Amino acid sequence: MEFYRSHVLVCTGTGCTSSDSRLLISELRKELADNGLEKEIQVIETGCFGFCNLGPIMVVYPEGVFYCRVNQEDIKEVVQEHFVKGRPVERLFYREPGADVKTQEFNDIEFFKHQKRVALANCGLINPEKIEEYIARDGYFALAKVLHEMTPQGVIDEIKNSGLRGRGGGGFPTGLKWQFAYNAKGDQKYVVCNADEGDPGAFMDRSVLEGDPHAVLEAMAIAGYAIGANQGFIYVRAEYPIAVERLQLAIDQARNLGLLGKDIFGMGFEFDVEIRLGAGAFVCGEETALLTSVEGKRGEPRPRPPFPANSGLWEKPTIINNVETYANVTHIIRYGADWFAAMGTEKSKGTKVFALAGKIKNTGLIEVPMGTTLRTIIYDIGGGILNDKKFKAAQTGGPSGGCIPAELIDTPIDYDNLIAIGAMMGSGGLIVMDEDTCMVDIARFFLEFTQDESCGKCPPCRIGTKRMLEILTRITEGKGTPEDLGNLEILAKTIKSTALCALGQTAPNPVLSTLKYFRHEYEAHIYDKKCPAGVCKALLSYKIDPEKCRGCSLCARNCPTDAISGKVKEPYVIDAEKCIKCGACMEKCKFGAISRG
Amino acid sequence: MRSLEELKDLKVKAEKELALREDTGRPAITVHMGTCGIANGARTVLNAVLSELQARNLTDIHVTQTGCPGMCHLEPLVTVTELGKPPFIYGKVTPENAKKIVIQHIINGQPVTEWLINLEK
Repeated sequence: MEFYRSHVLVCTGTGCTSSDSRLLISELRKELADNGLEKEIQVIETGCFGFCNLGPIMVVYPEGVFYCRVNQEDIKEVVQEHFVKGRPVERLFYREPGADVKTQEFNDIEFFKHQKRVALANCGLINPEKIEEYIARDGYFALAKVLHEMTPQGVIDEIKNSGLRGRGGGGFPTGLKWQFAYNAKGDQKYVVCNADEGDPGAFMDRSVLEGDPHAVLEAMAIAGYAIGANQGFIYVRAEYPIAVERLQLAIDQARNLGLLGKDIFGMGFEFDVEIRLGAGAFVCGEETALLTSVEGKRGEPRPRPPFPANSGLWEKPTIINNVETYANVTHIIRYGADWFAAMGTEKSKGTKVFALAGKIKNTGLIEVPMGTTLRTIIYDIGGGILNDKKFKAAQTGGPSGGCIPAELIDTPIDYDNLIAIGAMMGSGGLIVMDEDTCMVDIARFFLEFTQDESCGKCPPCRIGTKRMLEILTRITEGKGTPEDLGNLEILAKTIKSTALCALGQTAPNPVLSTLKYFRHEYEAHIYDKKCPAGVCKALLSYKIDPEKCRGCSLCARNCPTDAISGKVKEPYVIDAEKCIKCGACMEKCKFGAISRG
Repeated sequence: MRSLEELKDLKVKAEKELALREDTGRPAITVHMGTCGIANGARTVLNAVLSELQARNLTDIHVTQTGCPGMCHLEPLVTVTELGKPPFIYGKVTPENAKKIVIQHIINGQPVTEWLINLEK
């Protein structure tokens, strides 16, 4: 064994990889070798820390120094100063939004302070490509415990008592699902992991697969023992190349050590896992469509019942859980149901991972106890709204969810509260919107997505979402009629109650929830032909206030279509016919003479 | 994997490598490596500390570097910090002294008092 005095953890999750963390690593290795430090300082590639907008991220142990936005040119200085002379490079420290001082240590940063990491416990802290690091942090001991000390029913009871609910969207009690599959009769049963993460902006499953793949494998084996299955499948989208690669490596390593395969721990239990790649159809995240796709057929949903627990993969009893759900299982077995149930609210136990995106200062992946308010997430962890604008609403649950308006910012977030206010947990995408966001346009955006992803099997979804999209597009173009709102509501309710699968049943949600909280915006589009947020181009016009205009000609010179004319030192005018409403003139005007309305 | 014991053995081995990233609660050694320290041979002291820790497989002892604390005439300086105790600062440390500090102070828990420069009289 080499003896290292320092570990440098560099994130190689998808986020940091796309900001060239791999180049950083090779540069770092080279620089360390040039200084004869390669046997003292070990460079370790880890999964995602969650603070993606600061990437590439580097953490140096034993001090726990947190460097952010490190680029290749910084490496020389880091090696010379920090590793040769022991002087951490202050300019690469993290600075809290609005604070003057920089924070050196990882654990002192506000973004991390309010979090409680269970599913993401190992992400960023271990090398996902070394099974030994997972084992060092008690990995596979939960599997050992269930095989040695627990009966299958005992495992199911433990999961039931923990109160764990599905993290993929529906929030169905996991223990109950396992119980159904356990009770189902059948010589062959299956365990499936749904890693077909498709909500725009959500990437927690990818992060777990990339940062802690063994946690999923171990939990699947535990589930296999509980329900009596010997084969697992992970359905993961091919658009996640790093996740697929690490997952395959993890499976190979586990097989080598006999943690997957025959007679695990000499207890006569057999379990193996295979990967199935998805082609990126959103509908394949729906469980019946996913199972059909694993079977090698076109990914289309089928009616339930029968539920997969009774008739799933190849019509055999099957449990299908989401990645994040599995990531909680090993912790529940290790620390007990009571430990888990102590976190969260009455009916939503444990923690939830959210992908923070949109108009927020700190974007990234966070994990908080259930029941945390939106205010804590946005202001304490997220650092507030970009450019300190006003918070308008947050969309949870992606295209299947709804929005939480600013007045409900203190609602504790859990499954039931979100449903009550017309949103839903979904997989945990959280898109923050500020005052410049048009809610009609947002509803149209999400519907465009679901309409595009509709598989076309059932008419309510295939035709209904199309008609809804047409109406919404019409409204944003200023061609909406007073009947449109009523028609939207009728369509939405019909689709919700008649569509075959969850994709269709939830597709109208963004429209219904924006209609509920922001009806006045729809009405402004229809009756006043105005977009209050100034987003819908067809409804905008730019005007120059002759009182304020000094005739400097700056706007005219920046107009891409020559729509502005006038004489120097006299007020200019915009020709509405030629104007393409790009807003360039308004940005350039130094006197605030141009207004949008 | 044939038995739980096998997994436990693997964990013990793997844990040692990860100790560097955890708060072990054990004493830590800091070598002062400002320009003055380096000029006086702090690098050889650091190497001696590391090789001694390696020889004894003490992965839970964190070794860090820091800058000059202002007592350049006593360089190379080495500070040993223990939880809940004031720091022990050793002056004019040679590679041989460094080894003895590891053995006597870190392993046996007895500070080498004659080399301490901040010992209260």
